[in-house]
Amino acid sequence: MENVGIFTAAARLVERDLKVIFRHVSEAFNPLVFFVVVATLFPLATSPDAALLRDMAPGVVWVAALLSSTLALDSLFKADMDDGTMEQLALSPQPLAWLLLAKIVTHWVVSGLPLVLIAPLVARGFFLPTEAILPMMAALALGTPTLSLIGAVGAALTAGVRRGGALLSLLVLPLSLPTMIFGARATDLAGLGEDPSGPLYLLAALLFLTLSLAPLAAAAAIRISLD
Amino acid sequence: MWKAFVRWFHRMASPPHFYAAATRWTPWFFWSALIVIAICAYGGLVLAPADYQQGDGFRIIYAHVPSAWMSLFIYVNMAIAAAIGLIWRIKLAHAVAASCAPIGASFTFLALATGSIWGKPMWGTWWVWDARLTSELILLFLYIGYMALRSAMEEPSRADRASAVLAIVGVVNVPIIHYSVVWWNTLHQGPTVSKIGEPSITWEMLWPMLGMMVGFMLFFGAILLTRVRAEVLARERNAKWIEEVAVS
Repeated sequence: MENVGIFTAAARLVERDLKVIFRHVSEAFNPLVFFVVVATLFPLATSPDAALLRDMAPGVVWVAALLSSTLALDSLFKADMDDGTMEQLALSPQPLAWLLLAKIVTHWVVSGLPLVLIAPLVARGFFLPTEAILPMMAALALGTPTLSLIGAVGAALTAGVRRGGALLSLLVLPLSLPTMIFGARATDLAGLGEDPSGPLYLLAALLFLTLSLAPLAAAAAIRISLD
Repeated sequence: MWKAFVRWFHRMASPPHFYAAATRWTPWFFWSALIVIAICAYGGLVLAPADYQQGDGFRIIYAHVPSAWMSLFIYVNMAIAAAIGLIWRIKLAHAVAASCAPIGASFTFLALATGSIWGKPMWGTWWVWDARLTSELILLFLYIGYMALRSAMEEPSRADRASAVLAIVGVVNVPIIHYSVVWWNTLHQGPTVSKIGEPSITWEMLWPMLGMMVGFMLFFGAILLTRVRAEVLARERNAKWIEEVAVS
């Protein structure tokens, strides 16, 4: 067998995952569409009043991002669990946590990054001031990978469970609250014309904490699900 | 000393030995809990003076504060038991963790219920988005998630290990959640008036509360031992020693 280093292995895994995702490209855009649709629901359910919507904007963007990221998690490990790919990854000489991290990063690029890019459009629809747009994107860019990482632990735990969708949300949403609070707070502060760097630093801290710990927990959970 | 403890610990990990010991201990825990709670209830509800601002309404803290304290204590307890089970592969530790969850969820619910009963006359509403109330509610969600994950898995050994990972992830998150909620709250509505834990509390008010905490701990011990015994019986139902226990 060819002996590959961990970076080559990760790169090949990313390549393969992207290929699989782009075979079903319409499915890949579902979380993005979901994000926009959820955001559209809020003015319809409350009122089209500009002042109200401006106050709600950070919260709406973050709740929609959280829900959309949770929805996308279901597909993170499921297919690989079902067709035995995950077993091969677990048996490979590379550390499973590292390979899972590669999968999570790919997943974020496809399901999280588009949210960061489309969020300005949604925020403008909610009359969020222009100067708040960049801090909001920064907060989303720091926060959505954290959501994917925390979610990966939940997805790994429920990978072996049939109809785990609602269960997955129940596990992941409470754990994602700090990210949502700091993210919405940063956007809020920027909207009020204040300095959003405090919550942004905290978001970055959370990102690095989950980046270092979540893959290990996810790997442990995957091994349990595989037995 | 350490060696003796390790030996004791290993013997306790054997289900028949634990079952016998737990059967012996349960009444001790139960009766001492009953006595301590009765004394402190008298101390708190009758002997302690009424609060000069809140009148007799403050007396609910004798149930509220110990429950809130137990809700966190049991979560940490559950995570430690789960970690022991995961690391040393001790099945009994998993049984302890599994038995902790419903008790902890009940205490969390009790803390929330007594909190809102207290809040109605004091704050004028059943619920405010106070930092402590909110993080207590999230703790309840964490307990519910843990129990939901357990019941979703049919195979006990897998349920044990998967829920153990979740408990450990949860216990790392509990302080982060708590402080993020505190921070969110102080920025959104300013510090809420909360009189619990003020240094002005007198000794006559304080001792029943501390005693109640001890009483609740003992009560938790009694319930936990009972639940773990039931859990052990269910898990070891095909073992030979069960026959002897069941017959005697």
